[in-house]
Amino acid sequence: MNDFALILPEATLLVLACGVLLLDAFIGKRVPAATFWGAVVSCLVVLAQVASPGYMPEAAVFGFAGTLRVDVMGTVLKSFLLVLVVVSFFYAHEYFSKQRQEVQGEYYPLALFATLGMMVLVSANSLLTIYLGLELLSLSLYSLVALQRDSVTASEAAMKYFVLGALASGMLLYGMSMLYGVAGTLDLSELLIKVGNLEEQRLLLTFGLVFLVVGIAFKLGVVPFHMWLPDVYQGAATPVTQFIGTAPKLAAFGMAMRLLVDGLWGLSEHWQQMLIILSILSMGVGNLLAIAQRNFKRMLAYSTIAHMGFLLLGMLSATASGYAASMFYVTLYALMSMGAFGSIILLASARSEADELSDLAGLAKRSPWFAFILLILMFSMAGVPPFGGFWAKWFVLKEVIVADYVWLAGIAVMFSLVGAYYYLRIVKLMYFDEPETPYPVSATTDLKLVLSVNGLVVLVLGIVPSTLMSVCISATIPYLPW
Amino acid sequence: MHSDLPLLSLCIWLPILGGLWVIFAGSRVLDRAVKQDALILALATLALSLLLYRDFNAASATMQFAERYTWIDAFKIYYHIGIDGIALPLVLLTTFTTVIVVIAGWEVIEDRVNQYMGAFLILEGLMVGVFSALDSILFYVFWEAMLIPMFLIIGIWGGPRRVYATIKFFLYTFLGSVFMLVALLYLHAQAGSFALQDMQDVVLTLSEQKWIFIAFLLAFAVKVPMWPVHTWLPDAHVEAPTGGSVVLAAIMLKMGGYGFLRFSLPITPDAAAAFDWLMILLSLIAVVYIGFVALVQQDMKKLIAYSSISHMGFVTLGLFMMFDIHANTGNFQDAAMGVEGAMVQMISHGFISGAMFLCVGVLYDRMHSRMINDYGGVVNVMPRFAAFMMLFAMANAGLPATSGFVGEFLVIVSSFKANFWYAFLAATTLILGAAYTLWMYKRVVFGEIRNSHVAELTDITGRETLVLASLAVAVLALGIWPAPLLDVMHVSVEHLLEQVAQSKTSIAAYE
Repeated sequence: MNDFALILPEATLLVLACGVLLLDAFIGKRVPAATFWGAVVSCLVVLAQVASPGYMPEAAVFGFAGTLRVDVMGTVLKSFLLVLVVVSFFYAHEYFSKQRQEVQGEYYPLALFATLGMMVLVSANSLLTIYLGLELLSLSLYSLVALQRDSVTASEAAMKYFVLGALASGMLLYGMSMLYGVAGTLDLSELLIKVGNLEEQRLLLTFGLVFLVVGIAFKLGVVPFHMWLPDVYQGAATPVTQFIGTAPKLAAFGMAMRLLVDGLWGLSEHWQQMLIILSILSMGVGNLLAIAQRNFKRMLAYSTIAHMGFLLLGMLSATASGYAASMFYVTLYALMSMGAFGSIILLASARSEADELSDLAGLAKRSPWFAFILLILMFSMAGVPPFGGFWAKWFVLKEVIVADYVWLAGIAVMFSLVGAYYYLRIVKLMYFDEPETPYPVSATTDLKLVLSVNGLVVLVLGIVPSTLMSVCISATIPYLPW
Repeated sequence: MHSDLPLLSLCIWLPILGGLWVIFAGSRVLDRAVKQDALILALATLALSLLLYRDFNAASATMQFAERYTWIDAFKIYYHIGIDGIALPLVLLTTFTTVIVVIAGWEVIEDRVNQYMGAFLILEGLMVGVFSALDSILFYVFWEAMLIPMFLIIGIWGGPRRVYATIKFFLYTFLGSVFMLVALLYLHAQAGSFALQDMQDVVLTLSEQKWIFIAFLLAFAVKVPMWPVHTWLPDAHVEAPTGGSVVLAAIMLKMGGYGFLRFSLPITPDAAAAFDWLMILLSLIAVVYIGFVALVQQDMKKLIAYSSISHMGFVTLGLFMMFDIHANTGNFQDAAMGVEGAMVQMISHGFISGAMFLCVGVLYDRMHSRMINDYGGVVNVMPRFAAFMMLFAMANAGLPATSGFVGEFLVIVSSFKANFWYAFLAATTLILGAAYTLWMYKRVVFGEIRNSHVAELTDITGRETLVLASLAVAVLALGIWPAPLLDVMHVSVEHLLEQVAQSKTSIAAYE
């Protein structure tokens, strides 16, 4: 394949995103749905390109002088994140039409540019490409958060996100410069070989690695680099939070894979130790602080922090099946998180965001079906079978134990026990408490349909997880030891 | 004659799918139709499980009615189910109890009837699944999934402190289970398979076995429940609706004992032998100390809850005495009586505690009080009820000719082979059990009519009579002629003892 064939999906997305921007500027104000459908079609076109048989190479293919790589993992991640982006567009459309907000049009092009950034990120094979993708993603997200310019909390959240994000990018760049100084290359494949041979430069390399890990930890939102996350989740409009909480997590996982495994595999014994500390801290702080929250979005933010800690557990086993476990985990997490924020969108009305925990009270009496959907999502997040989240935790724990970190598995399950408490509290609110109003939740059929499918997918993945597991495993086959 | 139907799968999935159907279709029809559907489903499942009993070959210790399909190909996880003589009685107990619970909730439950009936049916299917799973991950999925309907049953239809009780129930059980999951995954790393049989065959060092045993102990001890992790049970029982209490006491507690039989003893026999002193100590504390605790309870449901813990102490005692008996007589077959006694005790306790909770439920439905002091002289207004409750109270105290006697007697007799003091302490329960049960009975039922509320009580209805009478028949039948139950389990218990006798560390040393 020539270079341009490799980058065709990204190039198409760029053109289409610009097209959607124009569409919004000229038609969007009169026909708000036009921008939405334009964005959905753009994503589906790109998805069709990514998922086409020719784009799924057996071995990794490199392009643009080795700065870009197309391999199975990248392709699978891109397909997943495009699907997630499309689903979040549907939620966003419903939210904006319910809230009658004027800013809705800008959401779609910005989200498309963010998607482009994610796709560049997961197909990066050079430190510069990584940085390029990361910045494109981050800048789009900063502006998405700031989209509600009249809201004080949104502005505060955007400011906080931007400042801390810039700091993290700086750290990442500093680490990259350190690696470049030692290894003399930006190419991840070359770095992989050089790191193995540079025994005497280990200290400097490890020093650079620390900064890379900081950058990754910030993107994932793991403790102690999580400070932005609760404020951003709470402050941003719900569909924006939903967008940030789903597809970019897959991209961040892809970035971690590219940097740590494709580039710095030779330093695995060092980053393993760093990830152990990060993941224990994340699971602990995330789960404990989530208990104290009264705002549903903020609670989900802390739950995200805890989930990202769990995600790192799979990676730190440094085996192919460990990566598969993490990939499965992050996919499942994104689906569950999508549904949880979707439930907030369902409850929101023109007058209220409905993001306080008390808004959930008595939902089982108002709308039994959607209470049931949220029940599935909450038990799934807690890791109770027969829901998808159980298999995600199961898979990761299994790999941690195979990698001989039984004690770590013990700590992880202790913290999921803590986590179970606040997920149960949601179920308690919905099922055991009395509602404030007896009226059923009002929503359009589209939203009801999307949310129902979303919840049922999590249930179905709990009963037949086999296919998705196999996809994740086949995506990590190249990482099997020779 | 063997039928070609996948009977065991039907016993699991008919109630689960039926329960879902009752929940989703039931919101649009009358409550009465919902109850009828639920009853038909429960009866159909009971009939299917009776077919299991008819076709069961008691002379074989192999897993019967086995079904095995690939579930998750990548990790060799199978939908593998089957039952032996240990599981079959528990499956029958489950299907029988569910019918009782559905009938018992007939007029009592008025709020969200479809969800109530559906939850119990789903629960039934999941519990049968626990008793028949032969793949450890399948077992775990059923084991955990079961918590969800129970959590909702206590939380939605329970008493005033239901939220506290149900969250405590869930978290306690979840605590134990997650460590079991870690142990199962560790065993998988060693055995290379999730099949129960392979886990029982894998060779493990003593220290590995000890860790695994402790992880299993956390899961099963919480379920049994053993002292000191029993504190969730009185809360859950007191707050649960009558049906929930019945299922908890009659079936869920048995899962702890079943777990010991199916996992702890065959997978970690050497650790079980090494820790048997601990298990016996905890069992005796449960029998004696919790017996005294029961004596001072003012709340009838709490009293029966503590009595359950005390009686379950017999089960764990019967199971873990085998090593002492083996040391004394040199023969594991002598221990069979203790294990069989434990099994009979589990089944019998299922009937008796269920019946006791139903009796309290009958009173509670009329008076909305569980306090012993609010009652007195009930016999004057409810003579038929008093007769039934008399029988169950006697059975709870272990009177001969009731099922309560058989299990306790077998365990006490075989404990003499282990150690005189075990037998002595275990036998105190005959006194304590009689004391707390009969004293409660006396205060509630006998004497003068205590207040105007009691005077207004009406005797049990036909529906309640039917429920209590069927349990009375079960209690008496098992007490007078326990042979069918013992015959079914005998070969399987012997097989289990052979497995336990086979030290895993000695093979490790040999290899």
